[in-house]
Amino acid sequence: MYAYDEIDRTFLSERVAEFRDQVRRRLNGELTEEEFKSLRLMNGVYLQLHAYMFRVAIPYGTLSAQQLRRLAHVGRKYDRGYGHFTTRQNIQFNWIKLAELPDAMEDLAEVGIHAIQTSGNCVRNITTDQWAGVVPGEIDDPRVWAEVLRQYTTLHPEFAFLPRKFKIAISAADHDRAAIKIHDIGLRMRRNDAGEIGFEVLVGGGLGRSPFIAKTIRDFVHARDIISYVEAVLRVYNQYGRRDNIYKARIKILLHELGAERFAKDVEAEWAQIRDGMLEIDDAMVDDIRSRFRYPRYEQLSDTPQELAKASDPRFTAWLQNAVAPHKVPGYAVVTLSLKPIGGTPGDATAEQMDAIADLADRYSFGELRVGHEQNLALPNVAKRDLPALWRALDKIGVATPNVNLISDVISCPGLDYCSLANTRSIPIAQELTRRFANHDLAAMIGRLHVNISGCINACGHHHVGHIGILGVDKNGEEFYQITIGGRADEGAEIGTLIGPAVPYAEVADVIEDIVEAYLALRAAPDELFIDTVKRLGVQPFKERVYATR
Amino acid sequence: MPLVKSGAIVADDYLHVADGDAIAEGAVLLPAARFLVDPEGVLKRNSKVGVIWPNSRNIAELAPWLDRVAAVALVFPTFRDGRAYSQARLLRERYGFRGELRATGQVLRDQFVFMLRSGFDAFEVKKDSDAAAFTEVARRYSVVYQPTGDGRATAAARRLSRQNAEARS
Repeated sequence: MYAYDEIDRTFLSERVAEFRDQVRRRLNGELTEEEFKSLRLMNGVYLQLHAYMFRVAIPYGTLSAQQLRRLAHVGRKYDRGYGHFTTRQNIQFNWIKLAELPDAMEDLAEVGIHAIQTSGNCVRNITTDQWAGVVPGEIDDPRVWAEVLRQYTTLHPEFAFLPRKFKIAISAADHDRAAIKIHDIGLRMRRNDAGEIGFEVLVGGGLGRSPFIAKTIRDFVHARDIISYVEAVLRVYNQYGRRDNIYKARIKILLHELGAERFAKDVEAEWAQIRDGMLEIDDAMVDDIRSRFRYPRYEQLSDTPQELAKASDPRFTAWLQNAVAPHKVPGYAVVTLSLKPIGGTPGDATAEQMDAIADLADRYSFGELRVGHEQNLALPNVAKRDLPALWRALDKIGVATPNVNLISDVISCPGLDYCSLANTRSIPIAQELTRRFANHDLAAMIGRLHVNISGCINACGHHHVGHIGILGVDKNGEEFYQITIGGRADEGAEIGTLIGPAVPYAEVADVIEDIVEAYLALRAAPDELFIDTVKRLGVQPFKERVYATR
Repeated sequence: MPLVKSGAIVADDYLHVADGDAIAEGAVLLPAARFLVDPEGVLKRNSKVGVIWPNSRNIAELAPWLDRVAAVALVFPTFRDGRAYSQARLLRERYGFRGELRATGQVLRDQFVFMLRSGFDAFEVKKDSDAAAFTEVARRYSVVYQPTGDGRATAAARRLSRQNAEARS
């Protein structure tokens, strides 16, 4: 966990004071909605279909129990008693009143949370692996570097009005859990031949109307130069990114139009001018940031405690196999809390659940929690001997559904139920899928399979990179859904392929069942994942199966 | 439109010259295209010359004359178009421009801090109420997180100097 000091706290209170003044001016008419819009967006405030929506940052997905309790408090006091975790390590409150927003922000600022740059055409909340710092085999804790970049990009005066939003993600493990290849900048931590740490820099990934996988523009930037390199990318983009058409304004389009080589050359030229200047990172600065991440004092524990050996409840065993992952310290485990109960809204947690989870984090995980882009939570530091007791507690509050990474662990945007951009509903589709695949044995037999749903082309549900992607489109006022397969968001990121014509709302779940049946019939062996079968055979056999009877 | 310099509302010394107009006596602000027709000729005048530089044109083109140009006016066609922030920093930090750097166009209260940090020191403010609030708004943040040419100590630098001071005492 990262602890804010007096300087950060002063800054946050200045930010709240500024926003309070902006809200006052909006309410008394000094500011037009047009003028207010970009100001509120930079504070995470959207105007949705029914109300204002407030998006709070969870930097690099790490939360303290105290902070989660405060989020619960905001949900209870200013909203309707719940919050929604998003695909970018944020939490959204959907029913907040404009006049009360400054108070909500002030309550959050007291525990070092804010909503700065969670929306708007600026550098957004910087995300990373939700298991950062606890997973085996990392080059370094990527959160330290996410914090370096968070500070650097916070109210950056030059880059507050970019052509479009700008998202940065960092990964430091072999397996990419941060989806860096679908970000404007993806940073993959690595070592050079001399053993020094730095980053491979990928640019121009993104979904939306024109999906692109990010391209590597530099194999290695030394860690001490990462701020100047990012500034060079941002400066080239700020000057040359398109501003005539918001659908062509992301950096992916600039990269595509210029070509990656030419873009990289422009960045190199800019970087050459600034790399040895004031942006060079001092080791002492990194040490200071690192020192304010609090790491648990792990005990020496058995990696095979008898509490686990004794546990015999089959429901526990299913959960243990599904939701519990290896930790870098023997005797400990990383536990994912599924926010995808059967029939529930993906990513939602009630204030009561959040309070209870915070208590469990205090009791079993050194007071620390994580939020991942799959819209689930995690307790990163659980002693293995405590797993049976923890499971009973999690089961009681409904966050122990053993479906992590299975077909019912659906990633979904809020869709037409909340969002003013959406064309179609997303949540009811997700709910129906969790019901269809509620049988755990069936879901486990199908194996790892990510379903992603977006209610419109803006792709907040990341449908392009779902193993199965579902995109809602409006056809003459009716909800239709395009289905893609073969997408993935990890280190082998790919954009999924459309299998055929869009299908009506009522048929979506049937189509997904058909695709799954086809996969079960086609897979080479029980351990060949859906995504690998699609890779091996292509779209055609799935297409035939789905459209043969339609 | 009130002009703010050094935190105060002041009279504008410069006459804005439109593209077709004759260049009048006294200090003038010329459109870039007009200036570039005959920069040497214009700069020979006895009074101050400023240039209005569009945000779509590479600021490096102005570099050869920057030591003799008294003012550069950069343009915010809408407040959402942030290209002039990069131009401002390049003028100050790369080309060492020390003259007046003026923000024009849709210049609103909530951009003042960003503009100041990017090197602007003169502001054609759209609304009177915003101009009146300039000094108060400019002081809004006592903490900054990134170094720019304005020389303000960043949060990181302040932490380190505090630690060093503690280590010495």
